[in-house]
Amino acid sequence: MSDLVKLIIDGVEVEVPKGTLIVDAAKQIGNDIPVFCYHPKLEPVGMCRMCLVEVGFPMRDRATGEFVLDENGKPKLNFGRGLQTACTTPVGEGIEVRTTTEPVKDAQSSVLEFLLSSHPLDCPICDKGGECPLQNLTMQHGHGTTRMVYSDKLHLNKHVPLGELIYLDQERCIQCARCIRFQEEVVDDPVIRFHNRGRRTEIVTMSDPGFNSYWSGNTTDICPVGALTTADFRFGARPWEMKPAASLCTHCPVGCNTTFSTRREAKSGGKHVIKRVMPRQNEWVNELWMCDKGRFGHHYAADSAARLKRPLIRKNGELVEVSWSEALDFAAGKLQQYGTAVAGLSGDRLSNEDLFQFQKLFRKGLKSHNIDLAARRLAGGDVVAKVGLSSGSNLKELGKGDAIIVVASDLHEEAPVWWLRVKQAAERGAALIVLNVRSTRLDKYASHVRHYAPGQAVDAVRQLVNFAKVEGDSNGDALSAAAETAANANNLVIFYGSEGVDYEETAVIAQHLANLLLMKNGDGHAGRPNNGLIPVWPHNNTQGAWDMGVHPAFGPGYAALETPGLNAAAIYEGAANGEIKALFVMGADPVGDGLMADRGQLEFLAVQELFLTETAQLADVVLPAQSWAEREGTFTSGERRVQRYYPAVLPIGDNKADWQILAEIGERVGLGKPAFAASLIFNEVAKAVTQYKGMDYRTLAQVVKQWPDVGGEDGYYAGNAQKNRAGLGQVWASAAESGDAVAYDVAETAVHVNDGLALIRTAALYTPGTLISQSDVLADRLAQPTISLNAQDAAQMELAEGDLIDVNVAGDTIAALVHINNTPAGLMLLSGVPYVAGTAVAQIGQEIKD
Amino acid sequence: MAHILLRHRDVENIHKLDVYRANGGYEGLKKALTEMTPAEVIDVVRASGLRGRGGAGFPTGIKWGFIPKDAEEVYILINTDESETGTFKDRELSEKNPHQVIEGAIIAAYAVGAKRIYNYFRGEFMDAGYAMEEAVQECYANGLLGENILGTDFSCDFVCHYGAGAYICGEETALIKSLEGERGQPWSKPPFPAIEGLYSKPTVVNNTETMANVPQILVNGAEWYTSMGTEKSTGPKIVCMSGHVENPGNYEVIMGTTYRELIEMAGGMRDGKAFKALLPSGGSGPVITADALDAPLTYEGLDAHNSVMGSASVIVMDETTDMVWAAQKMIHFFHHESCGKCTPCREGTFWMEKVLHRLMNGQGTEKDIETLNSVAAQMKGRTLCALGEFAINPVLSTIRLFPEEYKAKVKNSQSEDWEKALATQ
Ligand SMILES: Cc1cc2nc3c(=O)[nH]c(=O)nc-3n(C[C@H](O)[C@H](O)[C@H](O)COP(=O)(O)O)c2cc1C
Ligand code: SF4
Ligand code: SF4
Ligand code: SF4
Ligand code: FES
Repeated sequence: MSDLVKLIIDGVEVEVPKGTLIVDAAKQIGNDIPVFCYHPKLEPVGMCRMCLVEVGFPMRDRATGEFVLDENGKPKLNFGRGLQTACTTPVGEGIEVRTTTEPVKDAQSSVLEFLLSSHPLDCPICDKGGECPLQNLTMQHGHGTTRMVYSDKLHLNKHVPLGELIYLDQERCIQCARCIRFQEEVVDDPVIRFHNRGRRTEIVTMSDPGFNSYWSGNTTDICPVGALTTADFRFGARPWEMKPAASLCTHCPVGCNTTFSTRREAKSGGKHVIKRVMPRQNEWVNELWMCDKGRFGHHYAADSAARLKRPLIRKNGELVEVSWSEALDFAAGKLQQYGTAVAGLSGDRLSNEDLFQFQKLFRKGLKSHNIDLAARRLAGGDVVAKVGLSSGSNLKELGKGDAIIVVASDLHEEAPVWWLRVKQAAERGAALIVLNVRSTRLDKYASHVRHYAPGQAVDAVRQLVNFAKVEGDSNGDALSAAAETAANANNLVIFYGSEGVDYEETAVIAQHLANLLLMKNGDGHAGRPNNGLIPVWPHNNTQGAWDMGVHPAFGPGYAALETPGLNAAAIYEGAANGEIKALFVMGADPVGDGLMADRGQLEFLAVQELFLTETAQLADVVLPAQSWAEREGTFTSGERRVQRYYPAVLPIGDNKADWQILAEIGERVGLGKPAFAASLIFNEVAKAVTQYKGMDYRTLAQVVKQWPDVGGEDGYYAGNAQKNRAGLGQVWASAAESGDAVAYDVAETAVHVNDGLALIRTAALYTPGTLISQSDVLADRLAQPTISLNAQDAAQMELAEGDLIDVNVAGDTIAALVHINNTPAGLMLLSGVPYVAGTAVAQIGQEIKD
Repeated sequence: MAHILLRHRDVENIHKLDVYRANGGYEGLKKALTEMTPAEVIDVVRASGLRGRGGAGFPTGIKWGFIPKDAEEVYILINTDESETGTFKDRELSEKNPHQVIEGAIIAAYAVGAKRIYNYFRGEFMDAGYAMEEAVQECYANGLLGENILGTDFSCDFVCHYGAGAYICGEETALIKSLEGERGQPWSKPPFPAIEGLYSKPTVVNNTETMANVPQILVNGAEWYTSMGTEKSTGPKIVCMSGHVENPGNYEVIMGTTYRELIEMAGGMRDGKAFKALLPSGGSGPVITADALDAPLTYEGLDAHNSVMGSASVIVMDETTDMVWAAQKMIHFFHHESCGKCTPCREGTFWMEKVLHRLMNGQGTEKDIETLNSVAAQMKGRTLCALGEFAINPVLSTIRLFPEEYKAKVKNSQSEDWEKALATQ
């Protein structure tokens, strides 16, 4: 118990862990000491002086070190040190804090008067007005008037772009440095700084392009005034006009919890409009953060003019609008017409309800197991079901004594919040082991890095696992030291991805890594909280697609099928050669993605989509679906957290939710009355997918009190977007948690040997694509097709920085800019282009001259 | 009287190592390294009653004693930022008698187990820095710095660093940040430098003059030192005399000398004008008037007059001085030098300068004087470092001591027009 400290705050006794700051201790008993510069996710600095309180320290006898007692036998308190900043002063045994005395009140109103002396007071046109800590704290603790003579006020620039995404209003800035500290301490992108000193202090950006960071939007959330605004939202709406709708980011498998702030507005014809996206607190997932892709990359959903609005059927070669009943009757009839020569391909951004309904339509309605994801990239869902990150885990808890392995993934570009949390774990002392073909932004924080030769990912992983098996056999090899660290770690979390490896290779990698987790070293790692495997899935609900059984070999809940159906590759082949006659594509664009050349020999093609994609343009029937912003549902993150999202805006056109369209087709093929709510389908899911047992929309909506407590009057953030009232989700238990996982007998694989220059496609967060290309704000940040290689290889090929050359990849020719960096010899990295599997042989064409 | 600190005035070329040694130089170091344990060195310095000459007057021996005994890496920082208005003693010491400072610092390093000394010069102190660097080179060439100093096991390095010229970088934590290559801004203490200082390692920060006192304390003993001055303020002190005196400059005196005597030493008032007031600690301390002239120059001597000795940079003002003008000059300085980290100082110095500027331009109102007073009061005890505390002193004290001068400014103004103008804004 010596780790707890007792103190008194305004007469209330409170017991908190040693080292707790007074401001946090007070908060735990509902006493909001006003703050500006303090933010519980940042190191305290004591700059703004808003949190001054009186602190009485127990006096000790100099000679004996004992407390000096007063006449009542209580330790005598010394209040003589003057006011103390509650945000920097840790609690101490027996101290007494007074937060409401005259000196404290006077200090609070003085600091507010100072802060407001040159403040523009343009609250009536300020984006923060209504959820502004400065406004709120002024109402609570400030003067009603100012004594600053107007002409004495300092006037500064009000529209300073720190890059095209974030704008600074210098007059509103109260110099609290939260933004700067966030960029430096939290995300390690120190691209904004204070310039000059004293009252001339201003925030400047030091990067080109300005504010070059994937995290810039977060600074606008934590800025306690309206000094920082996003280009997307500024001047867009007043905070109190907007309604919060809890949602989830759909861009990556992290599954950041978000809030849409929406309002109905005249200029949009009275429609509900999404005005902004903000992170919603979930301390197990994204804490209080999100990346800029999630924040700015949502416009494809509700704002895009390109969205489909009504069902279409091809008549006389043209797609024409028809009624739903005509479209559904037509689709249902055609799908039944070809017996077993029918197949379905799905995308992995759809909800669990959609995906479940999809497999049900095929398996139960059409009696076919020919279903798969349209674009398979990463295998191992079945392995994850056995040894995935255990429920009850939180990456925030990893630190000293723990280890994290990241294989074949650039988390910073593929799943930014995971990158952040892994980096922070490493900073707390966790050993970080990185295996990749090239360096990524994780290397900087890693304790062990292995750059394997192109094509040899599987081999490197196998070696790592083998080294770990032989205890104490550290033969000096970096990989064996890494293996020893991993094997002996208290907790072990492993991420694996698909950079430079193909689907089959990822299946083997997953099994090897599972064996590492299952290795009995003490208790073994798999199955314990804060241990397990995390797949860096390509999309936000790839996990859900596996769980729901959108797989030719597994039914819902990984139930193995006796006679599997055709997988995606076989389906594409069947479409081309006529073995498959009817194809249903949902939320995917295989033609646009180059997976399917054309309709081939298909007699019937149905596409269910948001947009008239290249595949949809070839279809016989096009079924317009609602985006996630218009409806409710659940996604399952890469950590297997099943999370709910809620409708934010009204549906566009006559569109229906994907599950609904599927259920209505299902009714027409004999599956009975369609369910009329997503929650009911989820109830079916919870029955069919054993792992989801016990979950329903109510359990997923449960919240617990989170620390830090945001979204009150506290001054960390005074609005309603960050507060999570809509659910924290639930993680399903891996098989290992109940001891039901055994090691894999992994098949030997041939070692890949590469002739000539190898080519690997690497991820870039802002790779242009159907979705994010519809966010105008991100236009200048979209990744250009770029080929990176080292100076020697470039010299040999007579390439120079900035050259534009043709690269042949998987049959396509892409014009790419040459970038010379520290890429390993014999390797070319291609980024800014859609996914290319595995390690290819580079074919460089002519330099393009204009 | 022979000088103790300003010995270069008595001994020619004492900046050269051989001359310095011929006059007893590095004997204190030799004694410390060969005859004393580090703890004994600290004890002697503690017993001497030497207090920091940088302004705050913290007992030097006690400060050294705070350094954890088991610390692996400890640093000594000599503070030669000397940017206080009217202060120019560390400059003379560094330029003319650098070895005495170096010797003091090496002794300090031995006492606390530091292997590296940094001397932080304000950016403009090129001559002082070069003189010190030359002396450091001589030390390295003669076994007084580097490996195995004076043939003992003790090794220590000495590095000179130049700031970019900011008053705030004289504040010890800002100095540390600046030395680390960061923005020169103070941090909120704790942690104190003695526990987490330069590069988060225990660090002693001492003023240049403080260091210059150390060698002779070691040679002559604590008693010799305490025989000078008063009980709480021992030893000699360099006083920087400037302003309206006949002979401005540095004067070495024994603690306890009165301010009246100091003015006399400096040749009396310029042109025989009458004394009006003086700033005992540059712009940082409250002004005092004639009634305080017989107070002694000690750390506590001005307590009764609501002022402080500080670094003893005495700026003397005669009857011709406009005290509002003087306050404005001081506030201009503090506004310019405020680092901007904390709200009360950043905003308060800006505000006070605006108001004083208006008063000086005949555009002030009665209310402005009230505002000035209360803005200053609102800063008191609420700033992150002492700069903000210093900044209010010249304003509060001139309003307290010369209220009629402020009122006169208001009367001279077209105050009614001004108020009208305000009302219509
Ligand atoms: C704004 C400010 C400026 C200061 N400037 C100096 C300076 O120029 N030189 C100095 O020695 N101490 C200066 N100090 C005091 C230092 O913080 C520190 O107390 C001193 O260097 C300690 O040395 P001492 O104990 O030997 O006096 C300054 C303090 C403040 C708050
Ligand atoms: S922009 Fe906002 S967060 Fe940044 S220093 Fe100014 S007030 Fe603080
Ligand atoms: S980290 Fe992933 S889930 Fe989170 S906001 Fe970014 S893209 Fe979305
Ligand atoms: S008091 Fe002034 S100089 Fe000191 S930290 Fe605050 S703003 Fe900076
Ligand atoms: S000083 Fe404590 S909140 Fe700013």
